Amino acid sequence: MKSFTYERARTPQEAAAAAERQGAKFIAGGTNLLDLMKLEIETPVHLVDVNGLALDRIEATEEGGLRIGALVRNTDLAADQRVRRDYGLLSRALLAGASGQLRNKATTAGNLLQRTRCPYFYDTNQPCNKREPGSGCSAIGGFSRGHAIVGASDACIATHPSDMAVAMRTLDAVVETVRADGEARQIPIADFYRAPGDTPHLENVLSPGELITAVVLPRPVGGVQVYRKVRDRSSYAFALISVGAIVQKDGSGHVALGGVAHKPWRIEEAETALPRGARAVTEQLLADARPSRENAFKRPLVERTLAAVLTQARA
Amino acid sequence: MRFDTPSGTNPIDQLKVVGHALDRIDGPLKTTGTAPYAYERHDVAPNQAYGHVVGAAIARGRIASMDLAAAKAAPGVLAVVTAENAGKLGKGERNAARLLAGPDVEHYHQAVALVVADTFERARAAGNLIKVNYVKEAGAFDLEAARPGATVPKDGPFGPSVSSVGDFDGAFAAATVQHDATYTTPDEAHAMMEPFATIAAWEGDNLTVWTSNQMVNWGLLDLAKTLDMPKEKIRMVSSFVGGGFGGKLFLRSDALLAALGARAAGRPVKVALTRPLMFNNSTHRPATIQRIRIGASADGRITAIGHESWSGNVRGGGPENAIQQTRLLYAGANRLTATRLAVLDLPEGNAMRAPGEAPGLMALEIAIDEMAEKLGMDPVEFRILNDTQVDPEHPRRPFSQRQLIECLRLGAERFGWAKRNPKPAQVRDGQWLIGHGVAAGFRNNLTVKSGARVRLDGRGVVTVESDMTDIGTGSYTIMAQTAAEMMGVSIDKVVVHLGDSRFPVSAGSGGQFGANSATSGVYAACVKLREAVAQKVGFNSNDAVFSDGTVQQGNRRVSLAEAAGSGGLSAEDSIEFGDLSNRFQQSTFAGHFVEAAVDADTGEVRVRRMLAVCAAGRILNPKSARSQVIGAMTMGVGAALMEELVVDKRSGFFVNHDLAGYEVPVHADIHDQEVIFLDETDPMSSPMKAKGIAELGLCGVGAAVANAVYNATGVRVRDYPITLDKLIDGLPV
Repeated sequence: MKSFTYERARTPQEAAAAAERQGAKFIAGGTNLLDLMKLEIETPVHLVDVNGLALDRIEATEEGGLRIGALVRNTDLAADQRVRRDYGLLSRALLAGASGQLRNKATTAGNLLQRTRCPYFYDTNQPCNKREPGSGCSAIGGFSRGHAIVGASDACIATHPSDMAVAMRTLDAVVETVRADGEARQIPIADFYRAPGDTPHLENVLSPGELITAVVLPRPVGGVQVYRKVRDRSSYAFALISVGAIVQKDGSGHVALGGVAHKPWRIEEAETALPRGARAVTEQLLADARPSRENAFKRPLVERTLAAVLTQARA
Repeated sequence: MRFDTPSGTNPIDQLKVVGHALDRIDGPLKTTGTAPYAYERHDVAPNQAYGHVVGAAIARGRIASMDLAAAKAAPGVLAVVTAENAGKLGKGERNAARLLAGPDVEHYHQAVALVVADTFERARAAGNLIKVNYVKEAGAFDLEAARPGATVPKDGPFGPSVSSVGDFDGAFAAATVQHDATYTTPDEAHAMMEPFATIAAWEGDNLTVWTSNQMVNWGLLDLAKTLDMPKEKIRMVSSFVGGGFGGKLFLRSDALLAALGARAAGRPVKVALTRPLMFNNSTHRPATIQRIRIGASADGRITAIGHESWSGNVRGGGPENAIQQTRLLYAGANRLTATRLAVLDLPEGNAMRAPGEAPGLMALEIAIDEMAEKLGMDPVEFRILNDTQVDPEHPRRPFSQRQLIECLRLGAERFGWAKRNPKPAQVRDGQWLIGHGVAAGFRNNLTVKSGARVRLDGRGVVTVESDMTDIGTGSYTIMAQTAAEMMGVSIDKVVVHLGDSRFPVSAGSGGQFGANSATSGVYAACVKLREAVAQKVGFNSNDAVFSDGTVQQGNRRVSLAEAAGSGGLSAEDSIEFGDLSNRFQQSTFAGHFVEAAVDADTGEVRVRRMLAVCAAGRILNPKSARSQVIGAMTMGVGAALMEELVVDKRSGFFVNHDLAGYEVPVHADIHDQEVIFLDETDPMSSPMKAKGIAELGLCGVGAAVANAVYNATGVRVRDYPITLDKLIDGLPV
């Protein structure tokens, strides 16, 4: 791999300052970054190791929710008793992702920031606007079975691969960050990811050096919490589509989709249609869908999966 | 030893060691991580440098220029090998595309350079600094589009490309019940765990390569030919192979480039292909389009059977011979089988586990299922009704053994086939639609000349040496069992050394011919060693009895250790197969039964239960044979449900070229697997009376899964893999 410098940061602010420079990257679990560095898709000149920061705890918030440190490993988060009791959706989504070994290393913040699994993004011989802005998109008109059907642009149809992020979006999580100047901010996860537009290489609203310190869950909302991931094999596969849902006794609830867009896909207004069933919700969620011939199946698949999830939740 | 008459009783029939479910003798090496795989041979040559292969970025065209300056100047770089500086290179007999491109590029990721550096990371980083200026040319990448231009290839080693018996067209047109459908199978990758890997070292003009290759002698010959040097000056070692599945039958770029890199750098070089290169740089199982027509009388007897297959390959490459089982599997007076080949500019297609039969049966055995349904017959009974005990194209030529009916009958009984609901989409278990499918398994039994050397030392230890390979199959163990049985010693008194070109040339591992042929080679050598022992102690070798570490005649008994003496005894021989396989058709048979569950909402398919009943001659070691079959069954699930090298038809390459994109089954996909071996010996096959098993385990599995999915859902998918997007439109709302 290309040469890079490395430092271990001692405080979040110090980490943010160190990462502000051009070409710097944070590294935590490294489950995605190291793969991308080997392929020279990511070529950081400086790595700021944040593993030593004390961001590995899950704490109750004054509001009755949970503050999940950025470095809490996926395995630990999924197994946490409070998460399992009050945010079952999150636990289930985490366990649907990756493998045991990867979940042992992968962190909460890193999971949110993982990059797309579009095969053209991974092949440096192929044009890819996300990897090399302005070079073009090979997936459009190419192999697009796994790609986005909604929210995409003419520059990029990549999906965000995270299962955890779908749960976080359904649960209205808030991302907490700190910048080099010490300023902390709270970003609702609904506002965290950027639409690809003409700049698919810019995937979220973080500024250079801005460090995620925690993800905060609001008070538990109860309800039946279901995460249903649909894939070609039983384990260790990215979602063709997934549905995260919280369904209350009165029929109201929250729904977000994975595997259909550049981010967990949720439209709050669509949830008002929940009492009318999966078709009504899907029609609103995917009203703007523009699937390719290869991934047109995702629309009926979403509807059928959501119907199954609602049946399960109401049983 | 020449084998041209059916085997009578011989020492193997004692079955004191052969036929027992013994643990692998190399098991402790594997489980402790000490089995020496090629890339890990740090011990064999000092000062090893690292080579990194750079693959072509285009599918077809020409290298106009290469800028190597930055790579050569990069830290730690020792050499950069390209076609321009590699010297004149030949091409191996068994390679269609060249292993080093330049100036012409024949396929995507064909090697264009090897960078050698003092560390792996430096070699790889320097590789990315090479700038190649390509002139792209248009290529053909779409089999369906190339199909009209496909031609009849020249006849191959496994029969003519076109064959017909009787009047197929007339009989098919006149048949009471007809079936005519087209099926497709995709390009598939071997996706073995261990990538191509080689360490090469020169001593003067002598070359040694430690590599991962199924066929040491083929690799040696083709390396010599490619480097234009005498084969005597090359030693090839392939002691352990971490999976091959046919991908490692041939010399590949790792071995050639390691040799060239070591010469250029003046020190030993190790090369492994990175995973993303494994899919386009290597060979694959070619995609097929198969049209099958079957005509039958109302009582279910096949009167006409036709199978045509189209596949593509690079210039000089062969067809996927998907029609070959159809010549032999079912009766029927009027027959037509034909293969056609199109030129495609994709990577080279070549053998993958059960080449021909695996994709051929994926199509044929769906067609048989469809035909049975049209006839209103049970698919097991339809197959049994149309069984043949002779080669249907040459009715005077019988099968040496054929227990397909027994496989199907026993399988149906054990599987509970009678409880299957023949009407599709009727059985539910909660959210799951449940279905049951059956297919016949068929794979020809090949026999290949195979040699071995056996030595007996003064401690009574028997050492077997052969260039045979163990590709995870259990060759070490069954060859030890053979020697132990022949020499009358326990298996812990046998040492086996394999995979070294200094040893006698064996059959190698491929075409499911390895186990039977290589153990027969050991048998032949042991016959000679027994003669040597008998002669040494003054016995008549026909009367001498070898048992318990001794040789006995009448009342006189001598230990083998004593017989060998301090000088030891040694013998070498090969088994050579005569015309028995011409006079008798030698094949292996199976009944594959599958229970599949399809999620009624999402269309996800999960295999719940599998049973294979196999008739494949004597089973030399039921434990390693079972491992072969359950591994093959797992591969069949992959082929049925998920495996597909996706072609980008614009740029001409396999897009999903890593193990995240090319999915194979994981443990969670495989539930109950059961294997039953029929008690069978085949004296026509060899003195071992054994046959191949490793490919039989795959043949038919895909169709059994497909038929189970149909039975579960009522949706007939004729294009593999059967992914949920092909099902959901037809699922109950």
